[in-house]
Amino acid sequence: MNRPKLGTALRTLAIAGVGLALAACAKEAPQDALAPEGPVARQIDALFRPVFWIAAGVFVLVEGLIVFAIIRFRDKAGREEPKQVHGNTRMEIAWTIVPALLLAGISIPMVLTIFDLTPSHEPGPPCPSDEVCVRVIAKQWWWEYEYLSEGEPNVVTANELVIPVGKDVFLELTSDDVIHSFWVPKLAGKQDVVPERTNTLLFSADVAGEWEGQCAEFCALSHANMRLHVRAIPEPEFDAWIDEQRAPAAEPATADAIAGRALFANMDLFEDRGHLEFACIQCHAINGLEGAGARVGPDLTHFASRAKFAGWTLHNDDETVAAWLTNTRALKPGVVMPIFEGFLTPEEIRQLTAYLRSLT
Amino acid sequence: MTTTTSVASGGLFARPKATHGFWSWFTTVDHKKIGILYGFTAFGFFIVGGVEALLIRLQLAGPDGTILNADTYNQLMTMHGLTMIFLVVMPLSAAFFNYLIPLMIGARDVAFPRLNAFSYWVFLFGGLFMYSSFLLGGAPDGGWFGYAPLSTQGIPGSLLPDGRLAANMDFYALGLLILGIASTVSAVNLAVTIINMRAPGMSFFRMPVFIWMAFVVQLLLVFALPVITVGLFLLLFDRILGTSFYHAGGDPVLWQHLFWLFGHPEVYILILPAMGIVSEVLPTFSRKPLFGYKVVVYSGIAIGIMGWGVWAHHMFATGLGPVAVTAFGISTMFIAVPTGVKIFNWLSTMWGGRIKLATPMLFSIGFVTMFVIGGLSGVTHAIVPHDAQQTDTYYVVAHFHYVLFGGAIFGLFSGAYYWWPKVFGRHLSEPLGKVHFWLMLIGFNLTFAPFHILGLQGMVRRTYRYPAGFGWDAWNLVSTIGAFTIALSVLVFMVNAVRARTRGAVGEADPWDGRTLEWTISSPPPEHNFDEIPTVHALDDFWHRKYVEDKTGKLVPVPAGGAQDAHHEGEHGGGHGIHLPSPSYMPILASLGLPLVAYGLIYGWILSIVGAVVTFAGLYGWAVEPGTE
Repeated sequence: MNRPKLGTALRTLAIAGVGLALAACAKEAPQDALAPEGPVARQIDALFRPVFWIAAGVFVLVEGLIVFAIIRFRDKAGREEPKQVHGNTRMEIAWTIVPALLLAGISIPMVLTIFDLTPSHEPGPPCPSDEVCVRVIAKQWWWEYEYLSEGEPNVVTANELVIPVGKDVFLELTSDDVIHSFWVPKLAGKQDVVPERTNTLLFSADVAGEWEGQCAEFCALSHANMRLHVRAIPEPEFDAWIDEQRAPAAEPATADAIAGRALFANMDLFEDRGHLEFACIQCHAINGLEGAGARVGPDLTHFASRAKFAGWTLHNDDETVAAWLTNTRALKPGVVMPIFEGFLTPEEIRQLTAYLRSLT
Repeated sequence: MTTTTSVASGGLFARPKATHGFWSWFTTVDHKKIGILYGFTAFGFFIVGGVEALLIRLQLAGPDGTILNADTYNQLMTMHGLTMIFLVVMPLSAAFFNYLIPLMIGARDVAFPRLNAFSYWVFLFGGLFMYSSFLLGGAPDGGWFGYAPLSTQGIPGSLLPDGRLAANMDFYALGLLILGIASTVSAVNLAVTIINMRAPGMSFFRMPVFIWMAFVVQLLLVFALPVITVGLFLLLFDRILGTSFYHAGGDPVLWQHLFWLFGHPEVYILILPAMGIVSEVLPTFSRKPLFGYKVVVYSGIAIGIMGWGVWAHHMFATGLGPVAVTAFGISTMFIAVPTGVKIFNWLSTMWGGRIKLATPMLFSIGFVTMFVIGGLSGVTHAIVPHDAQQTDTYYVVAHFHYVLFGGAIFGLFSGAYYWWPKVFGRHLSEPLGKVHFWLMLIGFNLTFAPFHILGLQGMVRRTYRYPAGFGWDAWNLVSTIGAFTIALSVLVFMVNAVRARTRGAVGEADPWDGRTLEWTISSPPPEHNFDEIPTVHALDDFWHRKYVEDKTGKLVPVPAGGAQDAHHEGEHGGGHGIHLPSPSYMPILASLGLPLVAYGLIYGWILSIVGAVVTFAGLYGWAVEPGTE
């Protein structure tokens, strides 16, 4: 794999030189595993680089010899019949043992890193004081996060994982349906999220910033639309964020938003129209709204505090939220949330949008 | 004494007589005809799988593609993988095995000719069964790896109105089970053939390397297929009977272990045949013996054995714990050793030779150079912590295409050009062959080299679309252009093949100055292969009939007519009095029942009963139909 990668990297530079260069590297490739930005990802990358260069060396050596042999020994008029060499035990032993030793050498730092990266404790309380413990529940096709305190969820949020700078983040990952995989390339390698099991992942961010990630295990229709986001903020800000997220939902202020809240909690309206199961509170929780405690879909208590929604694929603005409420599956195939077009009036969709957008 | 035409009369169970003409293809038990059937069928599936790949590449040519919807994409992605593995590379290898094993070991046919026909028909019907799903509501859509519980419980919205699971993944499980029957039967047949039917004097270490690799592959198949069979049965139980082997109450990871315990030996099942082909082509066109024959054979065997101890490297992100991943990481590292040995031996075979860059040789060199790339990226996968960055990204897609396309497909094309004159009595055009090679090599690298970068830049596999702004757009476009370049090269090959029928140079018995027994007989070979079963005195026996080495090891032609030994029959009267098995209706009949059984498991048991009756009738007729004498 090495030469093409190298060659293509050179070509990329060339293209950049001609003036097709885009913005800064980080912006250009926000999921670039080759440009790690967290301690764990850097440690993994440091393991890969020497192996890459060894492989590149082997590549040049072997391919070079092949090309040389073809040119040097190509049949030409007057070339004599070749000497019939049947083998050479000494050479064959050499090219068995040398690669074996090389690989043995590579395995030593590899094994050390494997054990170094393994979390030192099992999932479950207590959470060590120098860590933040979060239970990650993967669902088709979004992520739910429970910030744990004494093993109990303190804050429930979705898709955007907010973490304090410099503190180890300990994830306990499980799935509600099929297998998913949690991956934020610039911070850590991926960890599969398997139903019936709890896997763990330990990583951290040593600077404030935001990183993109996505589900890496095929999980059917909207696998491509199961993205995620990590935002690292200084610890005092993080503590404040936790307090904000724990608070009940904001009171709606506008007439539309107030009407939207009533609609959100109104089971009768949905029942009258023949689909009780479509009622918002059948699936979504909002802390502070009576009857809204279901955990099928994302907790919406602070919905408007998240910059994106729907598996971190859609911008959280009035227009997009309204479009989502109108026809979810046009934006995200296969999603469980019903299509409200023709079921709710545009007026009602506007009210629901106003309410959701007021949930800061 | 009987001849091919003296078929015993058996009333109801009389055997068909025709060995020529259209209908003879349905009843043939001739390993050469069956080999050709395998080849053409697999090539047909290659076109289908290729079109699927082109559709995928069109969809991914730019961000937010809209040519395919998510559902269609998932079906095409799944079927592309299943097709290329089970309906292309495996049966193309089987085509070479069928045609060449008897010829290269000096036998008149395989050990069980009717069973051989049965394997082919089961393979064909298994492939058609799987593809019929497109017309019956949807093809398999859970990935070729069919991870549970996605494959056992479906997805929200995929339930049929009556609450049943959509049948997509039933076609997957049942189709693979049928294809598994075909492969198992064929593997047993060919293994027995290699063990028992070698010509006098052909000891194991006088077998061509291609035969050795074929032998290792058959053994791998015999042991690997039962594992996936168990896995697929449990999958079907979960789907049809409501058991819970792989979901709540069971363990989704169990499927992964079973699948990859089959799946990794499968990788070597796919690549070893091509390695065998290359090990024949390189010596012929370098005019030197294979460097370190025994070491190449031993390393092939070592790969076959070590291939059983690395399966969990497909599961480094599953959460197996540090001890398990360490063990499998190290075993994966060391499987690179025997593979590397082969590379160096091939290189040394060319070294100091007299290299003729004919098309078969170009494809074999293409194999070696591309396989090196796939092998090296494979070593990087073994660095477990970094594999957590690589797995399920396009980096892995790049790796296995360098192994299975740059490796297996290039090797198989090498074999196609090499043995085409033997099989069809006509040469493929050399200029067109070279155009094919260079287009394919360039197209292949344009398509798959960018995947290395895309993967490491975080592009995840199996996504039907990707957003702009991740740095992936340009390389995806390059890849799509590459894919169409490959398609063009395949078109050139097809033109070449059609053209050769009428305008190809007439193939001599030994056009390449070959080394092995198949070149001693006419092109195409007579139905009975050898007028007289050859006696083998050495490795590369035919070569040693033509050449000796002088004191310095230089080649010297055998002075007086040694090479003519092989051709002394042939003119007329060859083949009289040779007993050949008669064609039979029974293999195709028995195999016809299997897809019916499978349809029955989806659509109602009555079909299963019909299918079972058909298969039983075929097997019964098989048992009682008269022999040829």
